[in-house]
Amino acid sequence: MPSPATQRAIVVGASSGIGEALAWQLALEGNDVALVARRGDRLDAICERLRGAGATGRALVYVHDVRDPAKVGPLFERIVEDLHGLDLIIYAAGVMPAIEPDEYDSEKDRAVLETNLFGAVAWLNEAAGWLTAAGSGTLVGISSLAGERGRRGSPAYGASKAGLNTYLESLRNRLAQHGVHVLTVVPGFVRTAMLEGSTRLFWVSAPDVAARQILDGVRARRHTIFVSRRWRLVAWIVRAIPSFLFRRLSF
Amino acid sequence: MTEPQLERLTGFGRAQSGVSRVLRPRTADELAEIFRTVVPTLRTLGLRGAGRSYGDAALNDGGTLLDTSALTRVLAWDPDAGVVDVEPGVSVEQLWRHTLADGWWPPVVPGTMTTSLGGAVAMNIHGKNCFRVGPLGDHLEELEVLLPNGERTVCGPEHELFRGVVGGAGLLGCIARVRLRMKRVHSGNLRVTVLPVASLREMVQVFEEHAPEADYLVGWCDAFAGGQSLGRGVVHRADYLADGEDPQPARTLRAEHQDLPARIAGAVPRAWARHVFRMLAHAHGMRLVNAAKFGMHRAFEREHRYLESHAAYAFLLDYVVPGWIEGYGRAGLIQVQPFVPREVGVGVFEEILRLTRRRGLRPFLVVFKKHRPDRFLLSHGLDGYSLAMDFPARRRADLWSLAREIHVLTAAAGGRFYFAKDSALDPESVRRAFPEENLRAFAELKRKCDPQARLQTDLARRVFPDWFERR
Repeated sequence: MPSPATQRAIVVGASSGIGEALAWQLALEGNDVALVARRGDRLDAICERLRGAGATGRALVYVHDVRDPAKVGPLFERIVEDLHGLDLIIYAAGVMPAIEPDEYDSEKDRAVLETNLFGAVAWLNEAAGWLTAAGSGTLVGISSLAGERGRRGSPAYGASKAGLNTYLESLRNRLAQHGVHVLTVVPGFVRTAMLEGSTRLFWVSAPDVAARQILDGVRARRHTIFVSRRWRLVAWIVRAIPSFLFRRLSF
Repeated sequence: MTEPQLERLTGFGRAQSGVSRVLRPRTADELAEIFRTVVPTLRTLGLRGAGRSYGDAALNDGGTLLDTSALTRVLAWDPDAGVVDVEPGVSVEQLWRHTLADGWWPPVVPGTMTTSLGGAVAMNIHGKNCFRVGPLGDHLEELEVLLPNGERTVCGPEHELFRGVVGGAGLLGCIARVRLRMKRVHSGNLRVTVLPVASLREMVQVFEEHAPEADYLVGWCDAFAGGQSLGRGVVHRADYLADGEDPQPARTLRAEHQDLPARIAGAVPRAWARHVFRMLAHAHGMRLVNAAKFGMHRAFEREHRYLESHAAYAFLLDYVVPGWIEGYGRAGLIQVQPFVPREVGVGVFEEILRLTRRRGLRPFLVVFKKHRPDRFLLSHGLDGYSLAMDFPARRRADLWSLAREIHVLTAAAGGRFYFAKDSALDPESVRRAFPEENLRAFAELKRKCDPQARLQTDLARRVFPDWFERR
């Protein structure tokens, strides 16, 4: 039985990872879901599998590159019309390209910021306007522990997630008065393509576990959730490390 | 032409809402221009009059809505023939205020005078005189309709579109002009007779006894009474005064005579009534109000008579408790109104009232009416009765589940449903309730007038999903 908080949902970045798991779970619960991503063939395959799994919610496919913000407005309108309204939008698109220790590639960094931050701003701004008019609904951004501090390993990725955190907090403060809820999701390690080849991983969650926790957070109207909970402790420790020590850490 | 505005709109019951881009033409020319140039570019368009359908019949969540409430011109009025041409946004109140001094009253009015004529035609509204004069559609002479396929059609009762557009819930086209035959009256007053009844069975007996002569009949039921008193209540009969019966027709036919004083009993401002209603809008309060209302009427002699203005009789809640809907608070209300054939009416309604008791969901207001069949494709009219029940929209999941149980009982009894009141109907109940040939004929008209199925609403998608399904 779909919950009123999730009945009509958009998942941006639904072709893999946490986004795919969220779309999958929403549709299986009977919600209507718009799956948005660059890779249409993957979205079609997900929908095909959803039908095979007996999903009762509608799964609608929209091919879109989040680095093209000019197309967001018309596409958002089309999706909301197809869904006959909107209760939930989740921005799950994100990239984390490998960066060499002495690499300073502005084009690469721009791509990270465009995907992780500017795309989120474009989609969530559209949704914020709509949900403000509705006086209800939830916006979700998938952030990262990397947004907590400026690690030496991925400057643009960390900056994009730090920017996203601040943007989401700001949205939350703006939209609360209109009855709109904003959830910041801070995942630890989740078994997705982004972490392929990574070593020294621990406390790794499966994407479907992450999706379940995120949707529980939506329904409970939480402000920030860590996936899983124990990563809150890690975040607290990371924040508390003095700068002179932090710059010596290699992660 | 004004740009569409993003707005959250609700049904009359305020329990359902949707966000839409809203187009509000200010003139008939703008409306025509929208149909020529904008509608072909839209994927979905819902039509909305004054928004007085209780549920989601005038909502198109996520899409575009065309609100015709600003088109309020009375285009022509012939006080000799009693025929009026109006734009769709003209309200029932505006209409009677325009014609009453000439001795004409609308032939059919709903329980609130804030309804628009365009919406009233689209829903084929009925009044407390339905058993006698039928629904509004039976009094229309001509309609002008703008179709999504770009055509502009003028149709009278013999036109193939007429049976579909009237009562078609705005799914075939937009009503741009209404020509209506009014009812001649010789006084601004009605003679009202109050008849308390001890049970629903007695209510039906009284209706059948009075129906051959009465002009209006409406029954109020105490929703909280059970056992032998199940469905007890009061019947209010009203009759027109004959020519010459009113010694001062020129005075009573003035619009001011229809207005109630601003203070109840000369002391209490009428605006306070909604606050009192709000304080009492819970199960215990409403039990008290229902019992007090019944007791007060029973204290009178068996047949209590008085003169009352048309407006006070027809629009009781508008008059006595202005803003009464707000009394239901943020949750709002839904109305469930099953229509069932005469021969099974009492039994089905008794079962429904018992069901509300078992589920612990009592309606705050219950109104009983008698109806007659009509020729419209999506008509709720039948030779039988209806029981309109106003439920506060709390415990929504339980309430919607109760509504579905009522719909199943109604459809199984050969009953009908009324889209203007609906919030919870399911496609299967609709399929069972309406004659198959009517649904097929309507679907055929839909394909013809609106081949892209642009005209749609939340209600339409809910009850006719096959017409709009996109995967």
